[in-house]
Amino acid sequence: MSNKEPIIEVNNLKFKYPASEIDEETPTILDDISFKVNKGEFVGIIGHNGSGKSTLAKLLNAINIPTEGEIKVKGMDTKDDNNLWDIRQTAGMVFQNPDNQLVATIVEDDVAFGPENLGVPPEEIRERVDACLETVGMSDFKRSEPNNLSGGQKQRVAIAGILAMEPECIILDEPTAMLDPNGRKEVINTIKKLNKEKDMTILHITHYMDELIDADRIIVLDKGKILLEGKPKEIFSHVDELKEIGLDVPVMTSLAHELKESGYDLPDDLLSIEETADAICQLK
Amino acid sequence: MFENMTIGQYYPTSSFIHNLDPRIKILFTFVYIILLFVIDNIWGYLAAFIVLVTLLIVSKIPFRYAIKGLKAIIFIILITVALNMFMTPGDVVWHWSFMQITKQGIQIAVMMAVRLVFLVIGTSLLTLTTSPIDLTDGLEFYLRHIPFVKKYAHELSMMMSIALRFIPTLMDETHKIIKAQKARGAQFDTGNLIDRAKAMVMILVPLFVSAFRRADELATAMEARCYRGGVGRTKMKQMVLKRNDHIAIALIVVMSVVLIGTRFLPPISFFK
Amino acid sequence: MPIEVKDLSHIYAKGSPFEYQALDNVNFTIEDGEFIGLIGHTGSGKSTLIQHLNGLLNPSSGTVYVNGEDIFENSKEELAKLRLKVGIVFQYPEQQLFEETVFKDVAFGPKNLGISDEEIEERVKESLEAVGLNYEEFKDKSPFELSGGQMRRVAIAGVIAMRPEVLVLDEPTAGLDPAGRDEVLKLIEDLHKKRNNTIILVTHNMDDAGKLADKLLVMDHGKIKFFDTPENVFDHVEELEQIGLAAPQVTYLMKKLKEKFPDINDKVYRIEDARDEIKRVLGESHV
Repeated sequence: MSNKEPIIEVNNLKFKYPASEIDEETPTILDDISFKVNKGEFVGIIGHNGSGKSTLAKLLNAINIPTEGEIKVKGMDTKDDNNLWDIRQTAGMVFQNPDNQLVATIVEDDVAFGPENLGVPPEEIRERVDACLETVGMSDFKRSEPNNLSGGQKQRVAIAGILAMEPECIILDEPTAMLDPNGRKEVINTIKKLNKEKDMTILHITHYMDELIDADRIIVLDKGKILLEGKPKEIFSHVDELKEIGLDVPVMTSLAHELKESGYDLPDDLLSIEETADAICQLK
Repeated sequence: MFENMTIGQYYPTSSFIHNLDPRIKILFTFVYIILLFVIDNIWGYLAAFIVLVTLLIVSKIPFRYAIKGLKAIIFIILITVALNMFMTPGDVVWHWSFMQITKQGIQIAVMMAVRLVFLVIGTSLLTLTTSPIDLTDGLEFYLRHIPFVKKYAHELSMMMSIALRFIPTLMDETHKIIKAQKARGAQFDTGNLIDRAKAMVMILVPLFVSAFRRADELATAMEARCYRGGVGRTKMKQMVLKRNDHIAIALIVVMSVVLIGTRFLPPISFFK
Repeated sequence: MPIEVKDLSHIYAKGSPFEYQALDNVNFTIEDGEFIGLIGHTGSGKSTLIQHLNGLLNPSSGTVYVNGEDIFENSKEELAKLRLKVGIVFQYPEQQLFEETVFKDVAFGPKNLGISDEEIEERVKESLEAVGLNYEEFKDKSPFELSGGQMRRVAIAGVIAMRPEVLVLDEPTAGLDPAGRDEVLKLIEDLHKKRNNTIILVTHNMDDAGKLADKLLVMDHGKIKFFDTPENVFDHVEELEQIGLAAPQVTYLMKKLKEKFPDINDKVYRIEDARDEIKRVLGESHV
């Protein structure tokens, strides 16, 4: 699925907040980060709070500008002010707090907000709004007020609002952190569907490992640096390292790891319950 | 748990008036208020009364909702009545020490009271039949045509609509904060004025902190969705006048002619 | 201080078009020193229930007995006192911080108890240490300059400083990363061990609940679905799924393994127990 056309390119990125009178020496938040996200890929970025992952999100959306190095979104340098709106339209962003990103009092008006800002003709906005609400499964709530929706539903509306801008890539900055398990499921399924069915490029930033089991690639951030990068199974096999930096390992991987430590010969890339059960049965 | 409550006093139902374009309803309210000050005799008041009753029936608004707005201004009405009754010179019907009531005073007082009641019910009809968001859209249209203000029309309406969006959220939050402080032993309903003022601090500080955080995040989210003010912006919902709106305009014209016409009818005085 | 909930019902906005029954004839008793996991999906009535335990909400019918006393027969002053014995840490408790310094904020609750300044100081100290914050380092800081996780812990300290006999925590780990979540759960566990007070932990997370709680109270649509030990509750996998919950992943694995190993104990749900149980049925000889 991933044709080798990069949507996001990060090269030797370094970031620290500018020094002020109070803080003469500001800490380096991101240090020497390089990675690419290709068209159609589902990439997960994981790290604990303070690992620099949210700062990275703000850099990708040109809310902050790199101190050193560069970020290119579809070839556009985020340092160039002229690219600002094109970058934000190309790489849409969904935030953590479902309440604080919905602007309008009616769901469909909120989804229309982005395209309205882009100056899309009214009839086309209407078409986009209907189609995007359909995609995230919120058509029935078109005329609802956001206040009457659950957290998961609000996040889906927020995703629809980004989709309506017709971006090439969606960056999600901890979209599930404030949701209950059902809300998380709704949002994750929506993201996966977008990636699979609409071939949408996804950059999903989270601290929940189990949301990234189906990702094409995972980047693990720790203390502003890339600690690991690879396919989910490769990443999860580093159980001890992940635990050490305060991340969760999927339950099955963790159990398999424990059994392995006890001397059983199990593969170290077990993720699903079925795989694990089969592997344990093989031992007999 | 108060999520389902509507803000403002919008009474959600479907009626000829509910479905009118908000601009028409605002126009009506404006014209009606002016006409209330144009009419000057019993015929005029009668006509204005008929207009109100007809609208109430057509709008399907229960009577008790329509008069709710009066509660807030009952004091103002009483003062107006008293002032007019006692201060108007003319034929004295009753007096005691320095106070006197005149025929003309009674007449003016009654008219003022009726006028105020009509005014409040008339404007209530606008907010009862128009959702806050439609009202905002309607107001923005007029703001765009007022000199000096028109530069800020988009910003003003954006501010109003964000306020509408966040009022329920902040209300919820206030309830939560009050409960959390009560759980730490705070008492809001006892103590003297100073104690109560202090108690407000522990609600207002967290509320402001949260409101600022929300504002900051919302601004970021809006910029991420390419918001850069009103320039070059389109709107999905175009307000288009429909058949009923044209009928309503015609009715407003008819109403205006009739109400102004009442000025030329022979006045009836209560005191022959 | 046992808590007995009797025939408790709560209806919001009664008589209006928005009427909503949040609790429907709830009955249960929590004994001294129990650690209860209160589970249910959003809207199951958990939050409404806990707000009755210290009289923040009044029941539509039924009542709550704390220490044998009907709390809704109390006067306002008595109720305020009770609130200090049944401490509730609400969701996102950092949103209630309001004082200029961490010390003052944590001291707010104890001050309402009317105890001496020395004792207040002692309690603030003890509570801050209990949540893993160094007293000297943090006491004079503004709560608003702390990190999210630290603010959360200051807020929790503010409730435990009242030394409540029953501590209710509503989703204390919501929004925290795994490390922050583990720290908060650890401090709750330690606190329970040290003070042996009653704890009611409201959570969505079956794994967390199973790890810590003696008993689980599972709610659905304002009713109690289960009130039993974790083993027994997790045994009802299908019923849990029907109400939008799930058993821990380990339970699913063990149920699957039982097809192949009929004598495996499929009631284990902790990773370590599962490891030992699998080792047992496989036999050490396979190593």
